[in-house]
Amino acid sequence: MSGKTLYDKIWDAHLVHDDPEGSSLIYIDRHLIHEVTSPQAFEGLRMAGRSVRAPDKTIAVPDHNVPTTPDRAEGIENEESRIQVEVLDQNARDFGITNYYPMNDVRQGIVHIVGPEQGWTLPGMTVVCGDSHTATHGAFGALAHGIGTSEVEHVLATQTLIQQKSKNMKVEITGNLTPGVSAKDITLSVIGHTGTAGGNGHVIEYMGEAIRSLTMEGRMTVCNMAIEGGARAGLIAPDEKTFAYVKGRKHAPKGADWDAALAWWQTLKSDDDAHWDKVVTIRGEDIAPVVTWGTSPEDVLPITGVVPDPESFEGGKVEAARRSLAYMGLEPGTKLTDIRIDTVFFGSCTNGRIEDMRAAAAVVKGRKLAPWVRGMVVPGSGLVRKQAEEEGLAQVFIDAGFEWRLAGCSMCLGMNPDQLAPGERCASTSNRNFEGRQGRGGRTHLMSPVMAMAAGITGHLADVRELM
Amino acid sequence: MEKFTRLTGIAAPMPLVNIDTDMIIPKQFLKTIKRTGLGKNLFDEMRYTPDGAEIADFVLNRPQYRHAGILVAGDNFGCGSSREHAPWALLDFGIRCVISTSFADIFYNNCFKNGILPIVLPEDQRDLCMKDAEKGSNARLSVDLESQTITLSDGTEIGFEVDPFRKHCLMNGLDDIGLTMAKEAAITAYEKVAATARPWV
Repeated sequence: MSGKTLYDKIWDAHLVHDDPEGSSLIYIDRHLIHEVTSPQAFEGLRMAGRSVRAPDKTIAVPDHNVPTTPDRAEGIENEESRIQVEVLDQNARDFGITNYYPMNDVRQGIVHIVGPEQGWTLPGMTVVCGDSHTATHGAFGALAHGIGTSEVEHVLATQTLIQQKSKNMKVEITGNLTPGVSAKDITLSVIGHTGTAGGNGHVIEYMGEAIRSLTMEGRMTVCNMAIEGGARAGLIAPDEKTFAYVKGRKHAPKGADWDAALAWWQTLKSDDDAHWDKVVTIRGEDIAPVVTWGTSPEDVLPITGVVPDPESFEGGKVEAARRSLAYMGLEPGTKLTDIRIDTVFFGSCTNGRIEDMRAAAAVVKGRKLAPWVRGMVVPGSGLVRKQAEEEGLAQVFIDAGFEWRLAGCSMCLGMNPDQLAPGERCASTSNRNFEGRQGRGGRTHLMSPVMAMAAGITGHLADVRELM
Repeated sequence: MEKFTRLTGIAAPMPLVNIDTDMIIPKQFLKTIKRTGLGKNLFDEMRYTPDGAEIADFVLNRPQYRHAGILVAGDNFGCGSSREHAPWALLDFGIRCVISTSFADIFYNNCFKNGILPIVLPEDQRDLCMKDAEKGSNARLSVDLESQTITLSDGTEIGFEVDPFRKHCLMNGLDDIGLTMAKEAAITAYEKVAATARPWV
C-alpha cells in the first residue's frame, strides 16, 4: 500500500462519516463568510428554525461590495450593496457570530487576507468560504476551498460538509526563479500549461525548490489561483516559514497548545511513496514574466510573445480564441509589449498583501504613471494599508500618480463602483480575465504586481526586467 | 428542492468552451439577497445589449430556444466563481439539465443542491446531443435519471453516470442539511475526539 499525500492526511483527520458510496462527511474547522454569498444561507436557517452550530469557528467580513473610496465611513451609496452589508451585520448579530470585522474596522479586508492575518488559518485545518478563492489558505497546508451558498448553509447548520474525495495532483516547480519573475508568474504559467480544466476533480499540492523559496505571501498567490486551473484546492506543506508567519498572531495557539500544534504540523507532508494521479513538473528557470492575452486565465504567454492566431489552437478553443480576440480588441501577431493600456488595478486576494506592495513600490519609486494611465492601489486589508503607510510605500504610489484606496475586493470583480468602462484596457494583478469581469466590455490582462507597475509606467504591457 | 426524475424538453446548444459563472450571471446581479428572480438576467451580457435590447442571434433569444429546459455546452462549463446565483439563474429561467464533457467542481456541486442535473458525457456523445439540440424545438431530448439515460429525438439512447447519493437526493428532492443533522451523534463524537487531539482549533 502506498503512502499518503498531505491531502489524504488532512482528509482523514476530518472524516466524521465515511460513506462507502463516495459522499463523506467532513468536519470544517474554519468557516469564513462575506456579504454576497451568505444572505440566502442565513435566510434558509431562519426558515427552518436552525442555528449556527459553531459561531466560534465562523468568521465574517464584508469585502465584495464595499466601496474603497476614503469617504465610505459616511455610508454606502448603492442601495443594494448597502442592504447586503447591513444584512451581514444583522446576521452576525442574530446568530452570535462575534468574530466579525465590520466595514469600518481597521482589520476589515478581503476575507482571504484577513483569515491568515488574524491567525484564523492554521496548518492542517479545513477552511471553507462561499468564494472560489478560498484556495488561498492552502498556502498554510490547510485544505481550503470555495463552496456554494447551499453548502454555506449546510456548514452553518452542521459545521460539516458532504464531500467526495478528490484525486491527488502534484505540481512541482524545480530550481530557482530568475529576476523579475514572481509567484504570480508561477501560478499563471501552471494554468497556461494545464488549462483551466487541468485540475478538475483534483487537489493540487505545489512542491519543489522554487515553491519552498517563496515567502508565505508568495505561496498564497500561488494557491489562490489553483481554482483557475480547475482544482478543488491547492496546498503547500507547512514548514518553518509557515510556523514563523503564524506564531504570535491573534488567533494562533499559544503556550502548550502551540507546542502540541507544532508537533502535529511538522508531520503534515506527503509521504515519499504517496500515489499521485497526475504530475506536472516545470523548471523554475523556464518561467518568464507572463501576461494573459485572452478571456480565460489559461491564455498565458511570456511578455516577449505575440498575440496568437486562433487557427493555431485545436477543437473548441479555436472559436473561443476568436471570440477572445474580438472581445479584447487584439490582432494576431501583435507584440504583447505594443498593447497600450488605460488603467492599472493593483489589489485583490491574489496580490493585495504587504509583500506585493513592497515589490511594486520598488519598481515605481521615483517614476510616474504614463500620462494617459489611471492607476489604483487597493490594499487587501486595513492592516496592510496601515503597514504600507508606515513603511512609506503608500507615498511612493501616491507620488507616482496612483489612487490610494481603502481595503476590499474592488475592481477584481467590480461589484462596487470600481469598474472598467467598455473597451477600457487594464493591467490587473487580479485573478480573472473573463468577459465583463471588471466591468461590461472591460479588457483585462492579468499579471504580477511588478509587471502591472511596468505597464503603468510605460503605458503599455511591458517587460519589468527592462526597468530593473 | 424540486425532485428531478424525468425531463423532456428543448435543448439549447452552446458549443463555446469554458463558459464561466461570470457569463452565466454577471456580478451586478449578485447583490440580491434572494434566490429567485435571476432568470431574466441569465447570460445577461451575451443576451442583451447595454441598453437592454435582446441580441437576436444569442441562442436563448432565438424563437425555437426561448423555452429550453436543457443546455448542451462546450467543455468545462461553470468554471470560475463559486456563485450559486449561476444555477439559481438557470433554474429560474427553466433549465434543469446541463450536458457537457466536463464541469467545474463547485458549479457541479451547486447544481445538485438546486434540483439541476449536470450530465458528463464523452465528447462524441455530447456532440450527438449538440447536433440534436441544433435541430431546434422539433428535436426534444428526454433525460431519465432513474435509468440514467438520455433519449435523442431519433430514439438513440445514451447512458450516463451519476453518484448514487446525489441521484438519491435529486430523485427525492431531499434537503441534505436534514440528512446530515440525522448524523448529529457522529458529529458530536468527532468534536469530542478533535477537542482532545487538536485543542487549539
